[in-house]
Amino acid sequence: MFALSLTNRVACWWMIFRIALEERLAYRGDFALGTLMRFLPIITQVFLWTAVFEAVGSGSSTARLAGYSLDDMIAYYLLSMLARAFSSMPGLASTIAKQIREGEVKKYIVQPIDLIGFMLLGRAAHKIAYYTVATLPFALVFYLCRGYFASGWPSSEILIAFVLSCVLGFLLGFFMDLCIGLVGFWFLEVSSLLFIYMLLNFFLSGHMFPLDLLSEPWKTIVDWLPFKYMAYFPAAIFLGKIPAEQLWWQVGTEALWLLGLIGLSRVLYSRGLKRYSGYGG
Amino acid sequence: MTPCETKAKSKHPSYGKVFLMFARNSLVRDMMFRANFLIESVSSVCWAIMNVGLYWIIFEHTTSIGRDTGWGKYEFFVFMGTTWIINSLMQTFFMPNSEEFSELIRTGGLDFAMLKPIDTQFLISLRKVSWSSLSNLLFGILLMVISLAHLMTRAENPWHFQPSIVVLYPLYIACGVAILYSLMICLAATSVWLGRNQTLYDFWFYITNFSRYPMEIYARGWGLPLLFVFTFVIPVLVVVNVPARLLAQPLTPRASWEWPLAGFTLLATVSSLNVSRWVFQKALRSYRSASS
Repeated sequence: MFALSLTNRVACWWMIFRIALEERLAYRGDFALGTLMRFLPIITQVFLWTAVFEAVGSGSSTARLAGYSLDDMIAYYLLSMLARAFSSMPGLASTIAKQIREGEVKKYIVQPIDLIGFMLLGRAAHKIAYYTVATLPFALVFYLCRGYFASGWPSSEILIAFVLSCVLGFLLGFFMDLCIGLVGFWFLEVSSLLFIYMLLNFFLSGHMFPLDLLSEPWKTIVDWLPFKYMAYFPAAIFLGKIPAEQLWWQVGTEALWLLGLIGLSRVLYSRGLKRYSGYGG
Repeated sequence: MTPCETKAKSKHPSYGKVFLMFARNSLVRDMMFRANFLIESVSSVCWAIMNVGLYWIIFEHTTSIGRDTGWGKYEFFVFMGTTWIINSLMQTFFMPNSEEFSELIRTGGLDFAMLKPIDTQFLISLRKVSWSSLSNLLFGILLMVISLAHLMTRAENPWHFQPSIVVLYPLYIACGVAILYSLMICLAATSVWLGRNQTLYDFWFYITNFSRYPMEIYARGWGLPLLFVFTFVIPVLVVVNVPARLLAQPLTPRASWEWPLAGFTLLATVSSLNVSRWVFQKALRSYRSASS
């Protein structure tokens, strides 16, 4: 009996996953072009940082800025884009808040499908569809920019930590966005909250600059916040900016954040459902 | 007034009055949702502050962008202020309209715009004013004034006020806005042929992204072709660079290429406007309505 329900369950998850995958692959041409264009700002970043380093080191190629050489800096931007491709969840929080506001959450109450599981599978499928299409443009850009990765491929330990931190980044990004969306049970409209979150995320995740550039006490504060795992952390691992003895501790901290957020989202969802009164049609 | 005069008058609607009416209507609409208006204004200023924050951090580590370019911290903040002023003018007056233009083409709503007894490009370009975007204009001016005050009071090589700047700066701001407007109209008009052009809007964002930095940073290696294309073919680089440079850098000494560049900007403005007019009318002639 149990075995049957488990296979049923897996079949159900598989179906959800496939639907989301098909949905995403419908417009792949436009999608690949859009991904490629997203790398255009890197060009201006290359020139900007070249100019900055020129001023710092009076033109010498050994100039360092907070421990970063010019090559490191450009490599950092490329890697943080890759990390963001995992952790960014466009439209997740607002979709959930909208479903709460318009009463669509009802369908998860009457159907034997868990809202959080459904959303997670949907996102995972979207991401996988995204990578199948985006791998080519990403590979092309990284190949063209291979010169910036001065020290070549890192050790296998670092590579494993890098991949793990990307996957954890995806989950962390998902559950953070999810929690913001679930606050909608209390406030209905979460766009202001979401805006503050996006602002913090953009600045403190290291999407705009390597967090090592920050001065104390900011650096320590940002180190304790979960935002850095969304962009800075995977890139810093790859570039060997995380000291070896701290590497797994930090990955562990990330996992703890993730567990905490999973717990929080469960609490928010169950408490929220008690308040929920099914507005809308 | 004779009937003849009335007829002549009705042929030439008063564009100023019509524009004021558009602006008034938009303001009335914005004021209906005051909290939303406030949130929009605050959020766009927040993005701007964050951007300043980024460069603040960069300037903790360096004294200037590029060697001997003269773009120190506060000079660069004048540059950023200029960027925000020009961008906010674009967002206030033209951005919402050109977004709608593509929609009008796709849905066939352009028919109604063409029937109106007024220049279609004028109607399409200025129908909506997004007042909340003006908050960034104020922010840009504030940033500029604070930075200029710093430059004025610094010990070495302080900034001096030049009377000519009162005329030149607004003139070149206007040129910058006109060039960006032309580019935007050209991109929007392509929806006549393409049906829909979401990617082209991203393209707009990425092209104008080049204009946000001092042009000296491109003057090396494979940046030179970019510098050439974005100055002489799609002149987005002169948009912010020329007015910001006039304001932030001392009038003398000037590098030999600066005055010719300022002259070229005027030429580029006039030709961009002409090209955009030509593209717009070509697009209108190819327009074959939609739906029914």
